[in-house]
Amino acid sequence: MANSASTDAFVEFERVQKSYDGETLVVKDLNLQMPQGEFLTMLGPSGSGKTTCLMMLAGFETATHGDIRLDGVSINNIPPHKRGIGMVFQNYALFPHMTIAENLSFPLEVRKMGKSDREAKIKRALDMVEMGDFGGRRPSQLSGGQQQRVALARALVFEPELVLMDEPLGALDKQLREKMQFEITHLAHSLGITTVYVTHDQTEALTMSDRVAVFDDGRIQQLAPPDQLYEAPVNSFVAQFIGENNTLEGTVKEIKAGRALVQLDDGGLIDCTPVHDSVQAGARTRVSIRPERVEYNKDRLQEGAHTLKAEVLEFIYMGDIFRTRLRVAGNEEFIIKTRNAPDQVRLKPGEQIEIGWLPEDCRALDA
Amino acid sequence: MSDTTDTGPVLAADGTPLKRSLARALRMQKLRALMLIAPLLLFVLLTFILPIVDMLFRSVENQIVSETLPKTVVELQEWDASSGEAPGEAVFAALAADMKIAVEAKTHTRLGSRLNYEKTGLSSLFRKSGRKVKRWDLAEDAPFKQKFIDIDEDWGDVDVWRTLQTYSPAFTNGYFLNSIDMQKGVDGPEARPENQQIYITLFGRTLFMSLVITASCILLGYPVAWILANLPSRTANLLMILVLLPFWTSLLVRTSAWKVMLQQQGVINDVLVWLGLVADDSRLVMINNQFGTIVAMTHILLPFMILPMYSVMQTIAPTYLRAAKSLGATNWTAFWRVYFPQSVPGIGAGSILVFILAIGYYITPEIVGGTKGVFISNRIAYHISSSLNWGLAAALGTILLAVVLLLYWAYDKIVGIDNVKLG
Repeated sequence: MANSASTDAFVEFERVQKSYDGETLVVKDLNLQMPQGEFLTMLGPSGSGKTTCLMMLAGFETATHGDIRLDGVSINNIPPHKRGIGMVFQNYALFPHMTIAENLSFPLEVRKMGKSDREAKIKRALDMVEMGDFGGRRPSQLSGGQQQRVALARALVFEPELVLMDEPLGALDKQLREKMQFEITHLAHSLGITTVYVTHDQTEALTMSDRVAVFDDGRIQQLAPPDQLYEAPVNSFVAQFIGENNTLEGTVKEIKAGRALVQLDDGGLIDCTPVHDSVQAGARTRVSIRPERVEYNKDRLQEGAHTLKAEVLEFIYMGDIFRTRLRVAGNEEFIIKTRNAPDQVRLKPGEQIEIGWLPEDCRALDA
Repeated sequence: MSDTTDTGPVLAADGTPLKRSLARALRMQKLRALMLIAPLLLFVLLTFILPIVDMLFRSVENQIVSETLPKTVVELQEWDASSGEAPGEAVFAALAADMKIAVEAKTHTRLGSRLNYEKTGLSSLFRKSGRKVKRWDLAEDAPFKQKFIDIDEDWGDVDVWRTLQTYSPAFTNGYFLNSIDMQKGVDGPEARPENQQIYITLFGRTLFMSLVITASCILLGYPVAWILANLPSRTANLLMILVLLPFWTSLLVRTSAWKVMLQQQGVINDVLVWLGLVADDSRLVMINNQFGTIVAMTHILLPFMILPMYSVMQTIAPTYLRAAKSLGATNWTAFWRVYFPQSVPGIGAGSILVFILAIGYYITPEIVGGTKGVFISNRIAYHISSSLNWGLAAALGTILLAVVLLLYWAYDKIVGIDNVKLG
């Protein structure tokens, strides 16, 4: 409303700051725009400010500075119960003294909805999460996964346009978590609701989201769709935080035709794609290569590509993949992953090999 | 073990039935547990439960009459109280024989005191007669009827003999009737004269004031418990010490402090007069009445309300309130529909604790209660230590115990006892 940039954004953070103690900022200058219907995940280590952002959006924390807008209207001074935002909590927060149906009825009752309307909506919401037969039970009689579904149904039953989820799958076991990840995304997309999802689990973020905002130190480090985030991290933090990653340190020798030639500290030369602004000739840099993009079969490397000498330290058989630990340029934690294919070579510890990669897979980031 | 389903009991590896095997294995455990609690069990049994049972038994026991005057009691069975005349010579002869023995053993004064509870004047009658009967010769001094009436004309009074007859059985409901402001009349139980009725009022007052005290404790304690439960634990622990502080001073000191505060020349009245809110000649009467008892007892029992409430509230996660608000509830609705119901077990536990403590409270009403603010327990104490009417004290105590058990049962029916949590 205030400016043209916010017209098509459904949720908008503008220059938002938050401090609890008046000395340090937990959230530093947050700017974020979300179109309607988007599934956005806030990902970051604990203490990175992601949950604080969610709580500010829900209205349980007030922004120290800046503006938070919902559908163009500033909500800074609107109390949480008037925001109409659905929320799923980490431990579900199902009211233990009410049955499942009563739990779902609660948001409808406070909206003064008639009995028959309520019942119809409760039934629809419970059916939606396949919990139609459980209306009469108490939360303590349900398993974790079932409680999770009910919490989801309760957050959706009053048909909010925005739903917030605060690490909702944290308490579930791995299999159930994967199943629920799929169900939640499916539900969010089919209902067309805008979702803000907070997690510290990067797999969850990658598999569920339209876009992921990676938080660290109170700032969004990168806001991008999952594939971009994984394949094209913009700084070393994102590269380290998302997926497994090999790093090598060195100095930029020259930049030519969109390629940076980096001299590693032990003298080896490699070609990289310069990503970070700080990557200039003569500057220190940290290069990042995904383990599955490392190649040691010479035939598959480009003509004239730079290679590095490596010594195999450990070979781990993991079923679908092989995981091999190497010593490369003094780094003993250099990992490569190879698919378990019939013609795949199984490296042995002690073996000396040469490794290389495509320059576009090797990204020169901030030191 | 598929074969055991149709061949009867499951067998252990050595062929004995599994149930017996298990029982044997558990027996040692049970025995050890019993040994561990045995000293305490014995101690409680000897020093607490047996005296209580003995005390309760006194509320119906009445063997003193038939033991002291065995022959008289037998002879008196024939006598018809409605005849309007004192019994005949046979009864008096039996009385003389019984008294002779009783005087030797000096038990006649005790009987006198006992019967004095039922009819005043009997104590002195027996003491007086005892002195005379001592000098009589049973064989030569007959007939005794006139002799007894000569000692005191009360012996010719039909009422005296009716009292003796009424209380000659070994067990009596007299104490209980007395406890509910009734007495044994000619035609069974009847109400006492209005100026002698006291216990029903006292029971009612005790129950009512205990309820008021419990309610005030809830009203004052709930916000405190809430604050404590919602503060960071460091601060909460500090404030908790303030809640527990009263436990560090003697009960008597605290009660006396209230006396200083509340009396007409006390701190509160002085301040009110100084502020000009109350005229010097119309100082408020806040002590030696129900108000004083309620104020002092609420203060003393408050920690018993706060502690269970606090420990229950601590277990209520703050996310419930947030969840309720995110679902559209106002602060009040969120509290009333989500937080409060979850804190009810704490209120229940606190209320039972405070109410049961209050209903039997003695020291505080004794000091600040005056005449209008005393409890039934003060009356019981009076009968135990001053009037020595232990039978009546026992009957009053039994009724009090029954009332508490009844209320406990009612609470279980209405709220459910598993709905009580101490944390």
